Amino acid sequence: MEDKKEDKKRDKEEGSVKSDGSAGDPRIIAFVCNWCTYSGADLAGTSRMKYSDNVRVIKLPCSGRIDPLFIVEAFKKGAKGVLISGCHPGDCHYISGNYHSRRKYAAFRDLLGFLGVDLSRVEFSWISASEGNKWVSVINEFTAKIKSLKSSSSDIFKK
Amino acid sequence: MSRIGVFVCWCGSNIAGTVDVAKITEEAKKVPGVVTAVDYKYMCSDPGQNSLRNMIREQNLTGVVLAACSPHMHENTFRKAAVKEGLNPYFVEIANIREQVSWVHEDKERATQKAIDLMKMMVEKVKRDKPIEDVRVPLNKRALVIGGGISGIQAALDIASGGVEVLLVEKEPSIGGRMIQLDETFPTLDCSSCIMTPKMVEVNQNPNIKLYTYSEVEDVSGYIGNFKVKIRKKTKSVIEKDCTGCGECWNVCPMHKNVKSEFNMNLSERTAIYVPFPQAVPLVPVLDRSACLHFKKGGKCVKCYEACGPKCIDFDMKDEIVEETVGAIVAATGYDLMDNSIYGEYGYGKYKDVVSGLQFERLLSASGPTEGVIKRPSDGTTPQTIVFIQCVGSRDPEKGVPYCSKVCCMYTAKHAKLFAHKVHGSQSYVFYIDIRATSKGYEEFVRGVMEQDGAIYLRGRVSKIYEDGGKLIVKGADTLSGNQVEIAADMVVLATGVIPKNGAGKVAQMLGISYDKYGFFTESHPKLRPAESSTAGIFLAGMAQGPRDIPESVVSGSAAASKILGLFSKNEYEVEGTIASVNEATCVACFYCQRVCGFNAIGPKEIKDRSGKIIKVVANVNPGLCTGCGACVNACFSKSIDVKGFTDDQIYAEIRSLAI
Repeated sequence: MEDKKEDKKRDKEEGSVKSDGSAGDPRIIAFVCNWCTYSGADLAGTSRMKYSDNVRVIKLPCSGRIDPLFIVEAFKKGAKGVLISGCHPGDCHYISGNYHSRRKYAAFRDLLGFLGVDLSRVEFSWISASEGNKWVSVINEFTAKIKSLKSSSSDIFKK
Repeated sequence: MSRIGVFVCWCGSNIAGTVDVAKITEEAKKVPGVVTAVDYKYMCSDPGQNSLRNMIREQNLTGVVLAACSPHMHENTFRKAAVKEGLNPYFVEIANIREQVSWVHEDKERATQKAIDLMKMMVEKVKRDKPIEDVRVPLNKRALVIGGGISGIQAALDIASGGVEVLLVEKEPSIGGRMIQLDETFPTLDCSSCIMTPKMVEVNQNPNIKLYTYSEVEDVSGYIGNFKVKIRKKTKSVIEKDCTGCGECWNVCPMHKNVKSEFNMNLSERTAIYVPFPQAVPLVPVLDRSACLHFKKGGKCVKCYEACGPKCIDFDMKDEIVEETVGAIVAATGYDLMDNSIYGEYGYGKYKDVVSGLQFERLLSASGPTEGVIKRPSDGTTPQTIVFIQCVGSRDPEKGVPYCSKVCCMYTAKHAKLFAHKVHGSQSYVFYIDIRATSKGYEEFVRGVMEQDGAIYLRGRVSKIYEDGGKLIVKGADTLSGNQVEIAADMVVLATGVIPKNGAGKVAQMLGISYDKYGFFTESHPKLRPAESSTAGIFLAGMAQGPRDIPESVVSGSAAASKILGLFSKNEYEVEGTIASVNEATCVACFYCQRVCGFNAIGPKEIKDRSGKIIKVVANVNPGLCTGCGACVNACFSKSIDVKGFTDDQIYAEIRSLAI
């Protein structure tokens, strides 16, 4: 209970602070798996590569853990773009988790489109632990794409 | 009520140089539930850890967030520190503000804002953490080794010498694998059978090793510490315990011209009842029913039965299935050679004197079809000129495989050396792309072959081989001199690429371990966990993982063995507690979770009342098998299953914390 109250309070507060979430400075949320993409993003760091700072990473054990409703929740909370990323097919630490993720995404994407979400705001990409450079280019390209879109097209879930 | 402490690490200037650590600390103090926030130069140092521990103790913290380097770096360090103060290790969360903030962004203000966001996200996560206990699984201290080549043998011997019982399963009638087919080994020229047979005999005599030859593992279920294994003992038609290996049976077998010897790479024939080679272990023949007259002609031929003194030939014998329980498994299934015939220009299969490297080994070997005298398979004459072609299939993404088969450079050099020693005045030519001779004594060996043994190395490829007047005309390019060359050879030896053993993919699927696109088993970590598969309790050894030479195969066998002995040094195995758990009150037993689980970790559980009547059936997670991937969570319609440490509640809280 207490937590929920806090959340509500914070939601209000945060509406007024910093990151304006406008078209020029969009919030991007990335759901990534622990083993490949998170490590790939770490590699970009240890290699001192530079990339757009709009992204916020949420780490999950596996891309198979990514519930489609996480994506909806992210949009509801003002994200302008959502990235889903895990191990390449065949490389999943959990053998088949990324296949579940891919299949779910294929089905859910259509539904998102039906609901009116601009599908260019959702990106799905395989990034391995050795692909720091791919992480950088995916983030940069996706951020540039989101910045080029009309701001209102993600407001479908916002009241 | 949560009492969270936030610790912001400077990491010297690594973080503090790009991110305003004081600001993060200040912002952290404003987050509801945070009772203390500090920043420190090096949190991972001893004083840093001590300040963390003091704070947990003095402030009675219920959770800790470290804004520091990647959790892959120091999560364990900080968890251990927290445990020392009585905090559950899973109440420590890391906001990665180094690898994913300070090292990748330049704008200090924006980087600081991102770091604050990540810190807040982790505070929300840690607030919702629940204590997680690591799971303890009892261990059956027996091991199974699949594959009786050198790496499997080494693994079995090492495990057995640790006092642990080992089952060694080999598909062929004898152990020994590929190594026993080799003649001499590079770079020392030890005779392969001289160093291999003592090991094979040792396996047979070791009281801790139970040997299953001519057998295959058919089914594996269970999990680390408790694998249930089904082994099919293919019928040998010979009563093993009575057989003396005297050889009367194969001496009288009339089918001695009809079956190609697999051991001699089809260069000679064998009988229907046979041992693959004289030093076979166990020295017990098997009856190949597909070639035996008794089975082909309705029981007429009984010559071997009549010749057998101890009367141990049993035509009615059937396959037998043995069930065993083991705690750990080594997969050492070995390798095969690529099919040479995809290179039509080399004429393999068309010209008898174009042979593979392994066939040439058999021609060199004293136990081979020519008793160690090099003879042309076509007419039995001694070749004077041999052309060796390297990288046949290897490093050829178009037709073969892109990887390097690693052993070919060295065995080709060895072949050229042995040829020079056995046929005086002979000449060998080697077509190569690069020479890869990187281990101890290897480079010197290849040099010696060029300089002392007079082998001519030509950098380039062969474009065509054709027969002309009993000679093989080899046309190729010498790219160093820029000339076309044409060599009239008596024989051609192809250094064929190495591929995983036929059927290795099936074994991997049965064991639930992952393999790469070529079919080689993949390691849990390519550098730091090279002996472990992706599945707990299953270890890897030998060429099944990829091309490697004998010393490396031996090392990998020993590595797998030492991992198993380490595992078995305790009575229980501890599994990370971040696994799925079922809410039995709401589970409706639809078992969608079971269908998506890649680890067979979910099964039904009956809930009974006091009288023993079944009230309901629910899904149940086997902690020994569950890896905590979370695929089941999304499959559950009634939201009755969740992964500890990554619950829906936590992830939604993380997303909400990022609200704009």
